[in-house]
Amino acid sequence: MSEDKAGPGPLVRVEGVEKVFHRGSEDIHILANLNLQVPAGEFLALMGPSGSGKTTLLNLIGGLDRPTKGSVTVAGERLDQLSDRALAAWRARHIGFVFQLYNLMPVLTAERNVELPLLLTHLSKAERKKHVETALAVVGLSHRAGHYPRTLSGGEQQRVGIARGIVTDPTLLLCDEPTGDLDRKAGDEILNLLQSLNREHNKTIVMVTHDPHASARASRTVYLNKGQLTNEPEK
Amino acid sequence: MKFLHLIWCNLKRKKLRTSLTLLSIVVAFILFGFLSAIQQALVGGVALAGADRLIVREKVSIINLLPVSYEARMDRIPGVDFATHQTWFGGIYQDPKNFFMQNPVEPEKFLKIHPEIILPPDQEQTWLTTRTGAIVGRRTAERFQWKIGDQVPIRSTIWSLPDGNRTWTFDIVGIYDGKDKGTDTTPLFFRYDYFDEARQYAKGQVGWYTIRIKDPTQAAEVAKRVDAEFENSPSETKTEPEGAFIQAWASQIGNIVFMVAAILSAVFFTILLVTGNTMAQAVRERTGELGVLKAIGFTNGQVLALVLAESCLLTVLGGAMGLGLACAITPVLARNLAGLLPLFYFPAHDLLIGAGLSLALGLVTGIFPALQAMRLRVADALRRM
Repeated sequence: MSEDKAGPGPLVRVEGVEKVFHRGSEDIHILANLNLQVPAGEFLALMGPSGSGKTTLLNLIGGLDRPTKGSVTVAGERLDQLSDRALAAWRARHIGFVFQLYNLMPVLTAERNVELPLLLTHLSKAERKKHVETALAVVGLSHRAGHYPRTLSGGEQQRVGIARGIVTDPTLLLCDEPTGDLDRKAGDEILNLLQSLNREHNKTIVMVTHDPHASARASRTVYLNKGQLTNEPEK
Repeated sequence: MKFLHLIWCNLKRKKLRTSLTLLSIVVAFILFGFLSAIQQALVGGVALAGADRLIVREKVSIINLLPVSYEARMDRIPGVDFATHQTWFGGIYQDPKNFFMQNPVEPEKFLKIHPEIILPPDQEQTWLTTRTGAIVGRRTAERFQWKIGDQVPIRSTIWSLPDGNRTWTFDIVGIYDGKDKGTDTTPLFFRYDYFDEARQYAKGQVGWYTIRIKDPTQAAEVAKRVDAEFENSPSETKTEPEGAFIQAWASQIGNIVFMVAAILSAVFFTILLVTGNTMAQAVRERTGELGVLKAIGFTNGQVLALVLAESCLLTVLGGAMGLGLACAITPVLARNLAGLLPLFYFPAHDLLIGAGLSLALGLVTGIFPALQAMRLRVADALRRM
């Protein structure tokens, strides 16, 4: 795994971001004048109650959505200024996603799921295979490479999800409630893995969670409440 | 090519649904193959008709005979190279279901006016010197396992011999092939001089004439001159290009091309709905997965292409299977229909049209689900996992 690809300064810079959803005639303000900086190599936990906008903020950082106002800069790129096509290419190059429900393709084996992001690269079949083997080895699932998701446990599926997230060696790994659908033991294994990726491979990780046990593994925790970030949970 | 595995796996997601859709496409393309073969059998001769040949028949009906003396008068009409004639014999070999055409002709002129009939020179010479000699096309010879030297009894439904017997015996002196695949090699031709001498009645009468004209661009004018020559005679004529004659013959059944087009339109419209529905369902069911693909970097265009490729793979696969089966089955049917529909085969150009149609079907049925997939917003799609 490579070192941080960003230049000097924070890897993620969110400045004055507002996000408003329109539902009928109603405007729903999710984020209001929000600022956040994530240095390269940090493992940041983002906590907050349901509906506080954690996933929305994660989507903005990952280039899945655009802010209504303000700017999001990741690895030196202003995401709010990129076209859809450029944004997709940027995601493929810089972002690895880990979802709460794993979001694996049920029709593909574990190794084929992990290979998916590599299909967007110019790597040969042999090179892709090598990358997939490495990613599965990192998450400890080499022996389950040919298994379909339905034959894997929740923890194993999430590890496949993480392997898919890191197979392109992304600049930033974004995890949305990665232990939310797992029991404590499996959740701990996933958190161990994320911690290892952060410490041993210097991966920058932003993790959304509502579980204090999970956030305790992060190097820093911020709290989102009513569209604003704080360093302390709401009393 | 690296996306083929993903596309294929997506198709296999709902095996029963995909299989049933595939089956309906296969059946549609088998039908396409059969109807193409039927159309070829009925109107295919139009394309093969000689541009320099006119057919002259009795004005009221082709079943009314014309005097053989017309031939010499036709030869003298400006623009006519030469004329020759044929007569419907209407014979049965062993069983009425063994139908094939047999006509008495003038051998030399007949072979000259029909260069698409390929007969070895030695067999031609034997025919010219054997009064009871007949030549038969390869398909009929193979069908009844006839060979040169065989004597073949054929019972005419129209013509009797002087003793009242209707069974005529011919010596097979030649087996001809067709110059093109579409040339009909089922008829048997025998000598008119033998026929005219041996028949009990209507001597000096023939069924219709074939005229070779000197300049094909003058066909209409020559046809008018021929009909004018025999105007106000006991047997007035109707002259038309060979292609129009064949077309009119086929039109007795109806407008074949229109009927085939109408049936195929109905079939393919139904397939369009079936396949379109399959693809729409397939996309709706995996909205979340499409969101994941976009999240990991697939562009809107790539997602559109994936769905379209899936749809095209399904229809092209079904099309290939259907067309392949049609190609395999039509020769078997053709053997059984050799007498009734001698040109029954699946033409190569229709095979290409079928292949193009299968691809077009995939594009049309896939385009709306593909656009729907393309327009999905990632964040919205991910919420639907």
